[in-house]
Amino acid sequence: MDNLDQLVASATADFAAATEPARLEDAKARYLGKEGSLTALLKGLGKLPAEERKSTGAAINIAKECIESALTTRREALKNAQLEAQLATEALDVTLPGRGMPRGSLHPVIISLDRIEQLFRSIGFDVADGPEIETDWHNFTALNTPENHPARSMHDTFYLQGEDGKLQEDVLLRTHTSPVQIRSMLVHTERYKHLEAMPELRVICPGRVYRVDSDATHSPMFHQVEGLWIGESVSFADLKGVVADFLRRFFESNDLKVRFRPSFFPFTEPSAEIDVAFMSGALEGRWLEIAGCGMVHPNVLRFGGFDPEKYTGFAFGMGPDRLTMLRYSIPDLRLFFEGDLRFLSQFH
Amino acid sequence: MQFSESWLRSLCNPSLSSEELCHVLTMAGLEVEERRAASANFSNVVVAQVLSVDKHPDADKLKLCAVDVGEAAPLQIVCGAPNVAAGMKVPCARVGARLPGIEIKRAKVRGIESFGMLCSARELGLSDDHGGLLPLAADAPVGEDIRRHLDLDDHLITLKLTPNRADCLSLLGIARELSALTRAPLLAPEVEPVAASVADTRQVVLDAPASCSRYCGRIIRGVDARAATPEWMKRRIERSGIRAISFLVDVTNYVMLELGQPLHAFDDAELSGAIHVRLPNPGEQLLLLNEQTVTPSADTALIADDEKPLAMAGVMGGEHSGIGEATRDLFLESAFFPPAAIAGKARALGFSSDASHRYERGVDFELQRKAIERATQLIVDTCGGQPGPVVEAVSAAHLPTRKPVRLRTARAAKVIGIRLGTERIESILKGLGLGVERQGEDFLVTPPSFRFDIEIEEDLIEEIARIHGYDNIPSPPPVAQMAMMPATEHSRTAMSLRRLAAERDYHEVVTYSFVEAAWEADFSVAQAEGAAPIVLANPIASQMGVMRSTLIGGLVGALVANRKRQTERVRIFELGRCFMRDAGAGPVAGFDQPLRLAGLAAGSALPEQWGAPASRVDFYDVKADVEALFAPRRLECVKAAHPALHPGRCATIILDGQPVGILGELHPRWVQKYELGTAPVVFELELAALLATPFSCYEEVSRFPAVIRDLALVVPHSQALAPLLAALRAAAPAIVRDVALFDVYQGKGLAENEKSLAFRIVMQDTQRTLEDAEVEAVIADLLAVASRDFHASLRG
Repeated sequence: MDNLDQLVASATADFAAATEPARLEDAKARYLGKEGSLTALLKGLGKLPAEERKSTGAAINIAKECIESALTTRREALKNAQLEAQLATEALDVTLPGRGMPRGSLHPVIISLDRIEQLFRSIGFDVADGPEIETDWHNFTALNTPENHPARSMHDTFYLQGEDGKLQEDVLLRTHTSPVQIRSMLVHTERYKHLEAMPELRVICPGRVYRVDSDATHSPMFHQVEGLWIGESVSFADLKGVVADFLRRFFESNDLKVRFRPSFFPFTEPSAEIDVAFMSGALEGRWLEIAGCGMVHPNVLRFGGFDPEKYTGFAFGMGPDRLTMLRYSIPDLRLFFEGDLRFLSQFH
Repeated sequence: MQFSESWLRSLCNPSLSSEELCHVLTMAGLEVEERRAASANFSNVVVAQVLSVDKHPDADKLKLCAVDVGEAAPLQIVCGAPNVAAGMKVPCARVGARLPGIEIKRAKVRGIESFGMLCSARELGLSDDHGGLLPLAADAPVGEDIRRHLDLDDHLITLKLTPNRADCLSLLGIARELSALTRAPLLAPEVEPVAASVADTRQVVLDAPASCSRYCGRIIRGVDARAATPEWMKRRIERSGIRAISFLVDVTNYVMLELGQPLHAFDDAELSGAIHVRLPNPGEQLLLLNEQTVTPSADTALIADDEKPLAMAGVMGGEHSGIGEATRDLFLESAFFPPAAIAGKARALGFSSDASHRYERGVDFELQRKAIERATQLIVDTCGGQPGPVVEAVSAAHLPTRKPVRLRTARAAKVIGIRLGTERIESILKGLGLGVERQGEDFLVTPPSFRFDIEIEEDLIEEIARIHGYDNIPSPPPVAQMAMMPATEHSRTAMSLRRLAAERDYHEVVTYSFVEAAWEADFSVAQAEGAAPIVLANPIASQMGVMRSTLIGGLVGALVANRKRQTERVRIFELGRCFMRDAGAGPVAGFDQPLRLAGLAAGSALPEQWGAPASRVDFYDVKADVEALFAPRRLECVKAAHPALHPGRCATIILDGQPVGILGELHPRWVQKYELGTAPVVFELELAALLATPFSCYEEVSRFPAVIRDLALVVPHSQALAPLLAALRAAAPAIVRDVALFDVYQGKGLAENEKSLAFRIVMQDTQRTLEDAEVEAVIADLLAVASRDFHASLRG
């Protein structure tokens, strides 16, 4: 039976030597084809004596299976090699950039306003909006700012010319977002006036405000966010808790120092300025003024339709432009309003 | 309010460091804006007396001085100052002294040994005066450290006072506050009445008592107007930021700083008859001390004599009645003008004075007599003179009143958020000098005449919280009624639209709401239709003079600015208000102030890249962006005219039959005028229309196969797609799921004035498989509609 083993070895070697499918098929014919050597052995079986025929036949069949298996393996190998060769030609430079349109950007102050809204929404503050050409009554009178207060002078407030070309005295560009306080209060107290106890009013009012002022730290147009919470037991301690928590969340810094300093605004009493100090970075340890706040003045509550004996509330106003400058280390306020794409495209 | 720390400490001296003292003031609401040292840091400089001055043997300009510094033997010092003279007292820096920038060593000057340096004011960093040695007073004790002698370890403190704290516009007021805060005793200056030594008086008549309810006047005869101001007084007023001028003026400023009462000194020789406080006669003019001639308004009180106006009450004295070097007799005024009478008067004339600043915020109305006595005492002590009696005119009915204010301990706890004991509250209120009457748990509190800011209970609650310390009020997480916030699916937020715009490669800008008048003239529909712009009465600059009625101007402005910075491809958007006059609009009557979202795209459609051909952004690129902003709602574009836009490339955007914005290419005229190179495409949309979103609703999904047919129609070149597509959709039966344009062709095979529009028609039923016959019938019907109404033919 040695010659059968030799035959298998020789066929396996021939298959391995065939590097193309056609050559492989030629080699196959030499062993398994009509004239193939294994075929010849099978044909010769009939001439063998009956007692040998069975065992020889079995041995030949085993050899045939071995050769066929070697052939299948080799065929698979050649096919894979061919596929690999083809795929190699199809390879791309995966390092080339993707095709199409990049992303734009959001204005950094708007990003801050959105974060401020989200933080306050998470404790139940709604968002309100108000007109930017505002009445003198909403901007000043209802906010307990008397006729001769310096804030009402032409030096701080933008006024409009009437259609007759003269100064139109009853309207102005709002100097703060505080008039939205009044509008929100009036809507709220009108809506719930039939109730013995009104639900709490919690609202923030972001928007543009205007003052006659322009230098590196002042722009004639800037942003403000007003916050207001009125209820039956809202106190100065609550104001401190909410604002301090907000500032630490906004700056994502638990060791931010926050202090409240007595101050004066016509529409709050008691009033405070809020300072923060960072514990690291370029501004480390410096107190930075960041917002004004206080308990809503009883006169303002009355203008808004609330009974100040029953309801108390706090209000705060902060500058998102300044918060944004501190958050992203932006040195100059004017960058916000110049529309320079090299600046704007840094914020997402 | 600037002042000298050592002056403050002479009135109230708590055991706090300078920094701690400033912190206490700041945290009580008297914000310390600045604190700086009165002089540079130096040491080892003493009061010295020049004993003799000899010529330097080898230098013409140098002198050889023998100087007594309080030691056994005089020092030999070489000095080059022009004013050095024997007998004078000067600062002497001894060997080893460190001055700003120099260290004093034993040295040889042109061969002669020198054991120190005689100093000018500049060498000590006290001022820029380098004209010669700083002369010291004749009685200065030789050998005393100069820092001690000139009180140079002092600090200049500047407070940023809020307008309600007029009572702290004086050293006495700040000291009173400091005493309440620290419980250190208040050492107010002793003021004794100065007895009259002459009987001369001037009658005072309050003709306008609402403008002046108390006026004290006094003649002082025989003063020496040339007397030198004592060094200590000069130092105090100069460290408070007021220039020393002459003794009599300095005294009035000193008393104003010390007590808070503005004073005015008239030259009595210029006065005739009685003093009147009255309103001006029509057309009456007055030349003020600042050389400004004013015609006071009818409600401006004047100080006048029998013949003429002398001064603007509470604001500024007149040029002709003021004191000068020749003044011998003085008429001193110490008056109370109520805030309402003074407020705005100086500002209306374009200036502010120390007096008006105090009066318009509120001066203690019981201080006038004390202040005039204090000033008299200081004048007589320094420059002699015989005072007459004080004449006081009062209109009690016009003096401010101080009504008692009720304070409930429980209310204070409700507002502050913590409960302070009644004892603590009482001690805080008393410490502030308020009149306190306890009524059980509550108090009846009467504010003193120097406080103008305590009228209601909340004012007292603020005082309690302030003195207790805001820092000492806890800040717990708040307790509140909880209610879920709405989360509607019927509208979206402005922020989500901003994100959508940013996703489509637009960068958000924020531009000014007031713009150049030219932008409005060029781009505004309102103006094109004849409306006048909304003009600012007091713009900050002429190019920010009118309110925008369109966002396009700001976007074009930003494009121009970016092109100047070599950025050619610009894609920007802004979300903001526009402003139009509209009689029927609200909430502010007469003004429509809608929020809009506008965008601009200029330059290449895509950033330059290897994988896509370069092409300039066009109408249809930007239309896709607008469609994306409105998706899933379908908008309609109707050809339109707009002053900003190319007449052939401009559309009104229609949503549910309503115009909600515009889209188009900028007019070539503006492309040229603003030097934009190529035309940008812009859009401007009403935000309200963008915010509404349709509520999603289930429609049955078919399990049966869809049949797809294409229909290519040849139509005249001028045929717009929209009416044809609308007609096809209208004519299609229910089995037609969609009719969509998929190709537009012009060229070979078609006539010059023709184009082909190819539609893909998808048909499907939810209940059954469609039969060929009905599909063919639908196609035939659609073709018939197209050929009947649009002259369309089937493309061969």
